[in-house]
Amino acid sequence: MLVHWILEEHRFEEERYGGDKRSISILDGIYDIWQEVPRRKKNVVVPSKRVEIDAEYDTVIYWKQRAMHLEKMLEASMQREQLLKEKLQESIKNLEKQSSPVEELSQILKRADNFLHFVLQTAPVVFGHQDKELRYRFIYNHFPSLQEEDILGKTDVEIFTGSGVKESQDFKKEVMDKGLPAKREITFETELFGSKTFLIYVEPVFSKAGETIGINYMGMDITDQVRKRERMIKIREEIAVQKAKETELNRTIHITEETMRAKQMLATMSHEIRSPLSGVVSMAEILATTKLDREQRQLLNVMLSSGDLVLQLINDILDLSKVESEVVKHVLQTAAASLQKILTLEGNVADDVPIEVIGDVLRIRQILTNLISNAIKFTHEGKVGVKLYVVPEPPFAKEGSQHGSDGSTANQTTTNVPKEETCTSTSQTSSDQRGFHGKKHEGSCQNRSQCEPGTPVMNGKIDVTEEQAELPETTVWIRCDVYDTGIGIPENALPTLFKKYMQVSADHARKYGGTGLGLAICKQLVELMGGRLTVSSRVHCGSTFTFILPYKVSLSCDHSDDSDDPNDLSDMDDHGDSDDDATNGFFQFQPLTLGSLFSSNGSSRTQKLLAHNIGHVNSHKINGFSENYCSFPTSNGQAKEMDLVEDACSVAEALEISSEPECSFSHSPDHDSESAICRGRRHHNDVNAENKVSTIDVSPTCSGTSREVDVKVKISEPQLPAERQGRSDSGSQSTLNISQEVSNSISKPKILLVEDNKINVLVTQSMMKQLGHTIDVVNNGVQAVRAVQCRSYDLVLMDVCMPVMDGLQATRLIRSFEETGNWDAAAKAGIERPSPSSDSLQPDCTPPKHIPIIAMTANALSESAEECFANGMDSFVSKPVTFQKLKECLEQYLP
Amino acid sequence: MDLVHLQRQLVDYRTSLYHEGFLDEQFTQLQSLQDENNPDFVVEVVSLFFEDSERLLNELSKALEQQIIDFKRMDAQVHQLKGSSSSIGAHRVQKLCIVFRNYCEAQNVEGCLKCLQQVKHEYGIIKTKLESMFQLEQQILNAGGSIPV
Repeated sequence: MLVHWILEEHRFEEERYGGDKRSISILDGIYDIWQEVPRRKKNVVVPSKRVEIDAEYDTVIYWKQRAMHLEKMLEASMQREQLLKEKLQESIKNLEKQSSPVEELSQILKRADNFLHFVLQTAPVVFGHQDKELRYRFIYNHFPSLQEEDILGKTDVEIFTGSGVKESQDFKKEVMDKGLPAKREITFETELFGSKTFLIYVEPVFSKAGETIGINYMGMDITDQVRKRERMIKIREEIAVQKAKETELNRTIHITEETMRAKQMLATMSHEIRSPLSGVVSMAEILATTKLDREQRQLLNVMLSSGDLVLQLINDILDLSKVESEVVKHVLQTAAASLQKILTLEGNVADDVPIEVIGDVLRIRQILTNLISNAIKFTHEGKVGVKLYVVPEPPFAKEGSQHGSDGSTANQTTTNVPKEETCTSTSQTSSDQRGFHGKKHEGSCQNRSQCEPGTPVMNGKIDVTEEQAELPETTVWIRCDVYDTGIGIPENALPTLFKKYMQVSADHARKYGGTGLGLAICKQLVELMGGRLTVSSRVHCGSTFTFILPYKVSLSCDHSDDSDDPNDLSDMDDHGDSDDDATNGFFQFQPLTLGSLFSSNGSSRTQKLLAHNIGHVNSHKINGFSENYCSFPTSNGQAKEMDLVEDACSVAEALEISSEPECSFSHSPDHDSESAICRGRRHHNDVNAENKVSTIDVSPTCSGTSREVDVKVKISEPQLPAERQGRSDSGSQSTLNISQEVSNSISKPKILLVEDNKINVLVTQSMMKQLGHTIDVVNNGVQAVRAVQCRSYDLVLMDVCMPVMDGLQATRLIRSFEETGNWDAAAKAGIERPSPSSDSLQPDCTPPKHIPIIAMTANALSESAEECFANGMDSFVSKPVTFQKLKECLEQYLP
Repeated sequence: MDLVHLQRQLVDYRTSLYHEGFLDEQFTQLQSLQDENNPDFVVEVVSLFFEDSERLLNELSKALEQQIIDFKRMDAQVHQLKGSSSSIGAHRVQKLCIVFRNYCEAQNVEGCLKCLQQVKHEYGIIKTKLESMFQLEQQILNAGGSIPV
């Protein structure tokens, strides 16, 4: 190898020196790295002594002296000769000892070689020199897998193959062409040495004339370093992701905390309002027990019912604020879901269930609502029902009943009402009842519409069976079964059913939504009240959730009011008739069409049913329930409601018809008056005060005065405007405008077009116009989500491919809202929800309905029908849209 | 006489546009949207189409001149053009856009350039044709006639 090197050097030396002054590798001689051999010094002695004679010239003495002197010089000369001879001899000897120059040189070289080997023996480097054609002229490789003769004279590609080989050769070529040294990392994947990354340094080599004659290259194996570096990069990325997640989490936590605080404040506020208000109501109730004339009583009744309504509203807020995220939202959305199925809802109250009991209204309502909405959620066909009956004190209740009854009294605010004078019990809700009892004096129609007709009879029953036997308060155990014909619960899931965040399976969670908290809370609530919640179920047949709770029965019911009043007696007769029916205590909802049940019914009927069903306590409970329902149909069926304005009479008739099958329990004699009132009320609300008188005229059996009607209006008003505002875009129309605006929008369903192409917008808009629809237009998915947040649409036509956000994503976000009742997914996607001021009271009380979303696809591959369906779209219309397609679509999705 | 001649000319011209595939049924749809309340609907939409298309074509030309070509953006623009041309029934332009999009997806510069040329060409033709058709219609209207359906 070394020999080769030397030869090389010699060869290069022969080349002529050019004028190149670049500081780069030029082969112009041997690099004199090694120290020169030290030169020997010449130690020459030169004697130079002058002869000095003092005597006069040419005298005897002179000559004598001279002769002597010369003699001395001769002697010295001879001595010197002798010395030189010796020196010569010595030199010859030395010369003989001295080694030859060739030998010296080879020794130097040998040392250099040893040094190089020593330094490089374990270094992972390869270096070499390649000529102009990139053939190896020299190579050093400590771990050679090839012999030198396999390499020298060959190029890289001739030697080995694999990825990286060509690259390295190209790189060398590049360096040679550019004439500038460069470094590069090249990863090789070859059979020769496997997968390795080399840092390669290549520099061009010039001749003295400045021509490029080849390259030097040095490669170092940095495979490990590269691997480490890559791992570091990965770790850094992971850290960054982790950090982003943490930030996100912190933000969520922050938001949650804020929300909690807001809720807490709301709860406190509601409480603060409730306390003085209950004072007002209680005093009014006491006032009601005093002697009053007819007029005064009437006024007081208005006061009581209004006060009670406000109280009820506040209680609801309180309730909402306490269990909002877990249960209420849950209930609302599932309640909405139920409306999209054909289900029979039925209730069955056994005869022996007292009509008035005392319990924690809010909690019981919460439990019941939860169980019912659960039942509805998991039932796709058949029925969901509630059965109530009295049971003997269960064995577990010995200490539990105490606890439960104690808890329930906390909710009572009006207990100080003298028992013998009012027929009503002591719970807050009783004012409802009292209000209606009071009204019985005035007009029977009013009574019936607001209150459960069967009540007095039931009261009577209690009187007979329990009241007189024992004294003021007794505990009664009522068992409540909430049953359904739903999907049922597999046996192995039963043990964990009441555990927090547990659902039967992940699959169920995905399919049915929900947090898995509902049942856990129910169980907890029931147990806190001293009861038990149990379940029995069979897969595919249905489930029955049963809770047994102790209630207190207030027995001091006197019917002096009723018996005083001849009207009331007739009332009683009516009820008596109905009571004899086989349907006693049984009622049923059977949705004919999904809309008609609730929109025609409004809250009054459900309220009534409930009042009957579960007595005082539960009237509240189901009020809440019905309110939830109510908000759905009104938002959904705005058109229907508005129809009333346009054609109040015909709709009123329709109402009568449609209401019949809904409630098998309803008494036919009441019917007219009920619907008349319903009509009157609605009419009244919608058209406002102008028609007040006429509405009264309309109701045939209404013997009450105009004030009666006022009462009704007042009751229903607080609900309606709130809903309307929530729905409407601006939320700020004056009431008079409502009826107008309303009549405009009645026949015109609200349609949203999401399309970014101006021309398409123009064409579609124009077609829709010809089809009789005006439409809202937005230009991308984000705007579409915002539009849906602000206004409820009956149909959305959605372009798929759009800037900012495409139609598929927008659809997913809207569907997510419909499933979960919140816009979290949209917020995650960066769409902040605009907060309409009117929304603040019941932000989620309008259960989202399923908006038909029709994709408008351009038939491109990226916009396949499957993808549209997979993202939650209902159908698709291929572009360009035509009259026919639009028409078909509207016919299908706008009933 | 002159009016009848003009009307016949218009009908023939229009028919030829359909026959030669410059226009498709969508244009008929467009025409059916025009009524007394909206007498200039077709011209308005088509003008908008011209405006929009020219802007898009300009942007596409510029995009293709760039050192680094933003194919994604181009694809979106061609999608727009495809949408609007299909909406007014500019059949040939629309068909070309489909091919164009494929090239955009494949990031084929040459294909894109070629397609852009073709689209520009087709667009020029349909523009001229539609404009002369509108002229013809205007002439008929000026002469007190009605546009034959």
